[in-house]
Amino acid sequence: MTNLTDLGVAALRDGFRKGDFSAREVADAFNAAVASAKALNAFIVDTPDHAIAAAEAADRARASGEFAALSGVPLGIKDLFCTAGVQTTAASHILEGFTPTYESTVTAKLFAAGAGMLGKLNMDQFAMGSSNETSAFGNVVSPWRRSDGGNAPLAPGGSSGGSSAAVAARIAPGATGTDTGGSIRQPAAFTGISGIKPTYGRCSRWGIVAFASSLDQAGPMARDVRDCAILLEAMSGFDPKDSTSLDVSVPRWEAGLSGDLTGKRIGIPKEYRVEGMPSEIEALWDKGIAFMRDAGAEIVEVSLPHTRYALPAYYIIAPAEASSNLARYDGVRYGLRDLPDGGNLADMYSATRADGFGKEVRRRILIGTYVLSAGYYDAYYTKAQQVRTLIARDFEQAWQSCDLLLTPTAPSAAFALGEKTADPLAMYLNDVFTVPASLAGLPAMSVPAGLDGQGLPLGLQLIGRPLDEQGVLNAGLAIEERAGFSARPGQWW
Amino acid sequence: MSVDAATVRKIANLARIAVSDAEADALVPELNTILGFVEQLGEVDTSGVAPLSAVIPNHLRMREDVVTDGGIRDAVLANAPQAEHGFFAVPKVIE
Repeated sequence: MTNLTDLGVAALRDGFRKGDFSAREVADAFNAAVASAKALNAFIVDTPDHAIAAAEAADRARASGEFAALSGVPLGIKDLFCTAGVQTTAASHILEGFTPTYESTVTAKLFAAGAGMLGKLNMDQFAMGSSNETSAFGNVVSPWRRSDGGNAPLAPGGSSGGSSAAVAARIAPGATGTDTGGSIRQPAAFTGISGIKPTYGRCSRWGIVAFASSLDQAGPMARDVRDCAILLEAMSGFDPKDSTSLDVSVPRWEAGLSGDLTGKRIGIPKEYRVEGMPSEIEALWDKGIAFMRDAGAEIVEVSLPHTRYALPAYYIIAPAEASSNLARYDGVRYGLRDLPDGGNLADMYSATRADGFGKEVRRRILIGTYVLSAGYYDAYYTKAQQVRTLIARDFEQAWQSCDLLLTPTAPSAAFALGEKTADPLAMYLNDVFTVPASLAGLPAMSVPAGLDGQGLPLGLQLIGRPLDEQGVLNAGLAIEERAGFSARPGQWW
Repeated sequence: MSVDAATVRKIANLARIAVSDAEADALVPELNTILGFVEQLGEVDTSGVAPLSAVIPNHLRMREDVVTDGGIRDAVLANAPQAEHGFFAVPKVIE
């Protein structure tokens, strides 16, 4: 019999429909895989009973010939999504023990489509980080190791590092992620899987712990492009409970998949050839360009002149929004309360927040508070939002001469845990290629395209026009079909 | 622009995050590194450029003025560190 954990979302769905196996068998196989992979620290909470209940419901429905879109498919859920009755912490001590009484829109849609939940996935605290080293529940360790035999524990990327590690290790066939500046795409690239951030507004933000509301978007992470398309269809859709939710229909992305790019123009933004870019990344990019040509696309060079200002603008806008969003953690309504002996209300606020937030979260709240404070607001925040307008205009200009953009996803392969923690700026630079599309709200995806000299995965990024997830997925498929990426980490955990 | 320890303590107070003097001192170079990085934006000519207000053109919707929620006091209070008599409880604020 097939090893069920080797199957992805589409294969599980289709095999279940054909009667090759029961949903319960699938749930049991993945629950066991989760239980035996503690060394990865990918999950904060395991929910085997949830996966089993969904599977048994799917098996019962199958007996009467009824199937939902994700019947028989268990998923990992990033701990940023509120899940009714299951602890949701955003990987922060300040929310430890918080058990939502409601379900986020995205998880509600996935569960209504028949999916079960394997557990809540570890992540960077409040989604702030690029290596999963800011979690209050410990680092996630990537299942990948360098081929040098040194066995240095590697970063799975972040902030959706539990999601990327779980999918790459095949302890979950797919997972939810969220992306504020690259938090789906960069971890997908680091672990040799696919992940798409849809257009801002496609997936409801309702019930997702907020980081930077004008940037936060949920999306799927899975083994391949088809699996991403299937999951994204289930996650997307208008939600009146999110004021920025887009009231547009959800296309049938899976049915529309085609790796034939005849007639498409693929833009190569020259500003993404940054100084000091490793030659392996350049070579990968060139390989991707050749793949696009082979798929029938025309290659055009384009210019996005404000690219280098995206990261500094992001590191004003995201902390500013975070400082405002995270004001709600005050020790009154939910989460941690730390009340010093004899302390008053103000003492309670400041002790709770000092104790509950991790170092990186405190740092970003302070930056955000500073740039929004009286006398500095225009110099920092208004200026950053003006630059954001120019970055969005760069993309609009580019769409005059191309349909999609192809870039590397990250400036390097996965680095070792601890390698960049001492220097926040070095860590921030990981997102140099992913942040611009976030600032402009555009759909963007990472697909694995090759390995570096150390045997670690490298990803290519596709960026599309607003609402053109289909174009992004199709170009991702064209790369997938040509890259033949079949490497997987050897099981050491 | 750069911050000193006094400014860090002031920001921390605004953000309601307790910091010790040692922590404030340690934060000075960390925050100044980040502020130095973002100050590159000063090179960009933004005269006459409107700040971005929405990434994807979208209009704010009006909804019917009807009650859509409520009657869930126990659910609202379920995660409170301290709830008493159907209210959130906090340390006494009026002597």
